[in-house]
Amino acid sequence: MVLHYGLFLASQYPKEEIFIMGTVTFKGGIHPPDKKDLAANAAITEAKAPKIIVIPLSQHIGAPCNAVVAIGQEVKKGQVVGEPSAFVSSPVHSSVSGKVVAIGEFPNAMGRMINSVVIENDGKDEWTALKDNPDYMGLSADDLKEKVKAAGIVGMGGAAFPTSVKLSPPKEKKIDAVLINGAECEPYLTADYRLMVEKPQEVVEGLKVLMKILGVDKGYIGIEDNKPDAIAKMTAAASKEQNISIITCEVKYPQGAEKMLIKAALGREVPPRALPMDVGVVVQNIGTALAIYEAARFGKPLIERVVTVTGEGINQPKNLMARVGSKISDLVGECGGLKDGAAKVISGGPMMGFALSSLDVAVTKGTSGILVIPGDQVSHTDEFGPCIRCGRCIDICPMGLMPSILSVLSEKGFYEEAKEYNLFDCFECGSCAYVCPSKRPIVQFVRLAKSMVKP
Amino acid sequence: MEATKKDQFIVSVSPHVKSDETTSRIMWTVSIALMPAFLAGMYFFGLKGLFVTLLCIASCMAFEKLYMSWVGKKAPISDGSAFLTGLLLGMNMPASLWSFSPFLLHVPVIASFVAIVITKQLFGGLGFNVFNPALIGRAFALISWPKAMTVWNEPAAAFFAMDAKTTATPLGILKEEGVSKLIETFGDKTNLYIHLLTGNRAGSIGEVSAAALIIGGIFLLYKRYISWHIPVSFLASAAVMAFVFGGKDAATGNMVLFAGDPIVHLLSGGMMLGAWFMATDYVTSPSVRNGQILFGIGCGFLTMLIRLKGGFPEGVMFAILIMNCFAPLIDRGFRSKVFGAVKQEKAKESK
Repeated sequence: MVLHYGLFLASQYPKEEIFIMGTVTFKGGIHPPDKKDLAANAAITEAKAPKIIVIPLSQHIGAPCNAVVAIGQEVKKGQVVGEPSAFVSSPVHSSVSGKVVAIGEFPNAMGRMINSVVIENDGKDEWTALKDNPDYMGLSADDLKEKVKAAGIVGMGGAAFPTSVKLSPPKEKKIDAVLINGAECEPYLTADYRLMVEKPQEVVEGLKVLMKILGVDKGYIGIEDNKPDAIAKMTAAASKEQNISIITCEVKYPQGAEKMLIKAALGREVPPRALPMDVGVVVQNIGTALAIYEAARFGKPLIERVVTVTGEGINQPKNLMARVGSKISDLVGECGGLKDGAAKVISGGPMMGFALSSLDVAVTKGTSGILVIPGDQVSHTDEFGPCIRCGRCIDICPMGLMPSILSVLSEKGFYEEAKEYNLFDCFECGSCAYVCPSKRPIVQFVRLAKSMVKP
Repeated sequence: MEATKKDQFIVSVSPHVKSDETTSRIMWTVSIALMPAFLAGMYFFGLKGLFVTLLCIASCMAFEKLYMSWVGKKAPISDGSAFLTGLLLGMNMPASLWSFSPFLLHVPVIASFVAIVITKQLFGGLGFNVFNPALIGRAFALISWPKAMTVWNEPAAAFFAMDAKTTATPLGILKEEGVSKLIETFGDKTNLYIHLLTGNRAGSIGEVSAAALIIGGIFLLYKRYISWHIPVSFLASAAVMAFVFGGKDAATGNMVLFAGDPIVHLLSGGMMLGAWFMATDYVTSPSVRNGQILFGIGCGFLTMLIRLKGGFPEGVMFAILIMNCFAPLIDRGFRSKVFGAVKQEKAKESK
């Protein structure tokens, strides 16, 4: 285990710019109040398995699954209910044992109708046969990758990109580092933090599996320095590993964005429109690393995840180990329900999460948090002023864009011109809209422009 | 509970949290930052200065409201921008305009009309004006009533005195009679600097006290409402120009290189007000930091060019207005680089 602190990195990558200080970071970014103390000290607790589970057949980026169960069929916990239909896809499994009672379209968190399998829980929690592998590190890279794929693992930070695809880079892309994203830069959310504190060893094992699959001998775990106990736990857990380094990143949003984290941790800049693999890096989330370990060690599919239920509008903020397919209303109920005046419910964090119109939707593999905001804290986006060209958004844009100009061009309908201002390099982190004194919905303008022109 | 609640949830696009910074808070904070200089103006020019400034503020706010109701838009008087324009315009006017015989009160009112209606609203309102409204208002007044706009009251420091003596501004003396006469007027060099710093000299109401303006400017820097780029490059380039080209042989009047007094130039005229408060106007200056440096250098250069070679003793106003034209172009030229693109270009070159 080598502690990073700049000098080590500098010796590894002497030609690259590295911020040699106690902590590393990227250029730009913002400091929203982190509000993590609401849920940070709540240890992960098992959420009650609900009576009815709705498992969407598309919980990831890529092709939806085909249902492989029929109405009336008995299923076990961990049994496959949807098989992938394309390379970029991921199987889904039942998170309870019971009976399939319906297959049909149900709204997902974004309000879109998604084909889903509805299972009535029989309360027995009977597992399907799983293959235990005490010597999982002795398996070949391909076998391990197959396990990750079969377990239906996707990126658990929110984007839900099928992990097996990330682990299959084209031959010409040499991967030389795996970076575990423990930044958790979204305010309020503490799911990854709790995992790092409670299951550091498993996360390190997950990283080792990833390094084995990719044939890489350098592993890094980047953590923001507002989580000193997570840094301490992870450092201790990785103390026997010569080639795993814990990297302390400055607290700054969006530190956890892949490109920003790679820049901070490794000093490498992913070119515009390129992927981390183009600079030899694969980035995985903390939760994903844990899921990978559990898949390799126990053959356990991804049927549950940590969801931070928090915000000033919820009675008892908690970190729940929730089954995929639970309804968000189940989790809210488990946390003492909504407070009076709760006005906005967000799936994910406050910066990039999306507002829910109903609590009657399923928790998916990408649901990192449920955030409830009371009415007096909701900022209304319908009241915004003209751009006063103050340049705050230009200063803080982590991608080096000019959000002010993008928003004005989009507002006036000049979508093609917006493209020349690198419209498609925006990953919609929302930092610009956060700092905008005129409260302009810049992210919305960017999305509008993106939808009106071809990349 | 969910069944009754669910229809009430607010759904909007991310991000769901926002900073508490608002346009109106920026405008009011800049106004507050102007208060030391404004109070210094009140101290030296008394009620006349106060009345001229208030007349500008009231006219600007009234014209904003009238125009908005005429075109049927909600009047955003509360955003403070019309107040700030009025305050800046008033601070850029001589106190002598408060005069009933000859009647001069129409000058501030018409200048306010030009600032708010023509310069700002007709170009699309807040955020879309090319030129600094207060400066166009003042430029219009200076060109239309050149005599009235250049009658300078002596700083009397007598608050209620309504009949002030008139005198020349330090820059006027410098232009017409040279630096030795200027020093002579104020006693000695130290005394001259002290008068320029405190504001005990003739000039526009709000421009006289360099010290008060610097305090306001540093307050804005500290609050991060402005960055150093424009004021520093503006003042530095003006100082260099003043030092290199500002020297004059006392006998022949010919230029002597590297003999100018940059301090006199920096502390006199509208230099401090311009560099800290006028050139830094968000709307009419570049938004990209590197571009702001070029903008500031241009302002400083043009100011000194006009002061040293032009027909007017003071050039800050025209310098900033000229550079305002270039702000969009500068932003285009200094477009921020996309993350990763710089490295990519270097890599291509090395290949």
